[in-house]
Amino acid sequence: MKIAQIKELLDCECITGEELLDLEIDAGFGSDLMSDVLAFMKEKTMLLTGLTNPQVIRTAEMLDINAITFVRGKRPSDETIALAKKNNIVLLLTKHTLYTACGILYMNGLKGLTASRKE
Amino acid sequence: MQQKEKKNSIKLEFLVAKHDFSRAGEASSNIKKILRQLGVDSQTIRKVSIATYEAEMNIAIHSEGGKLTVWICPSHIKIIAEDKGPGIEDIDLAMQEGYSTAPNQVRELGFGAGMGLPNIKRYCDKFTIQSKKGEPTILDMLIYTNS
Repeated sequence: MKIAQIKELLDCECITGEELLDLEIDAGFGSDLMSDVLAFMKEKTMLLTGLTNPQVIRTAEMLDINAITFVRGKRPSDETIALAKKNNIVLLLTKHTLYTACGILYMNGLKGLTASRKE
Repeated sequence: MQQKEKKNSIKLEFLVAKHDFSRAGEASSNIKKILRQLGVDSQTIRKVSIATYEAEMNIAIHSEGGKLTVWICPSHIKIIAEDKGPGIEDIDLAMQEGYSTAPNQVRELGFGAGMGLPNIKRYCDKFTIQSKKGEPTILDMLIYTNS
């Protein structure tokens, strides 16, 4: 699924990374725990989260994740946006809650990840 | 480290400040960029990035400050994370998934879920932790490259 389609399905505002909306995403992962993100996420996955601090971008950077959707209408700080821009990460903003946003994407064919303990 | 290995390795050192959450992660970000420039394979970079980032966050969250030292060798990457204390009272407990002593301020950042040390162990090929109450904590991490 293209990031542009996710933007449409979740009725998102694109905060930064308009030029990257054509990128393909293979799966979605919803979490507010960055250590879980580090444990389970893979590249080419959309991170959906209610956290908006710069550590979210740092976490994404470590995993080569290039797309994040902020849920519950939570707008990130300028510092967070600047860090995302520097790392070529698309930031989307939706008014949906985490549960609803994940549900909409899943219903439209975007699969989740398994919480595998192995690399 | 063997003398020959030392000769063929690149050493990097990064200071990590206590409670500086706007800069925490910068060291790991720099390490990642350097590994990429050196042409290290992406799977190895991913493992090193996760281990260094969790270790860096741990130093920023729990300690009086510390440093990350990285040796990049053709066959492996060695990382030592060392802080200035206050040390871990019960290491077995700290290694358990879900156990955390992090304050609420840190939990609001998405950390402090008790996954840091278990995550580091999971992504390292060799991992040892050394600590005592009132003393520094030293993590010794080794990840083999795929070359």
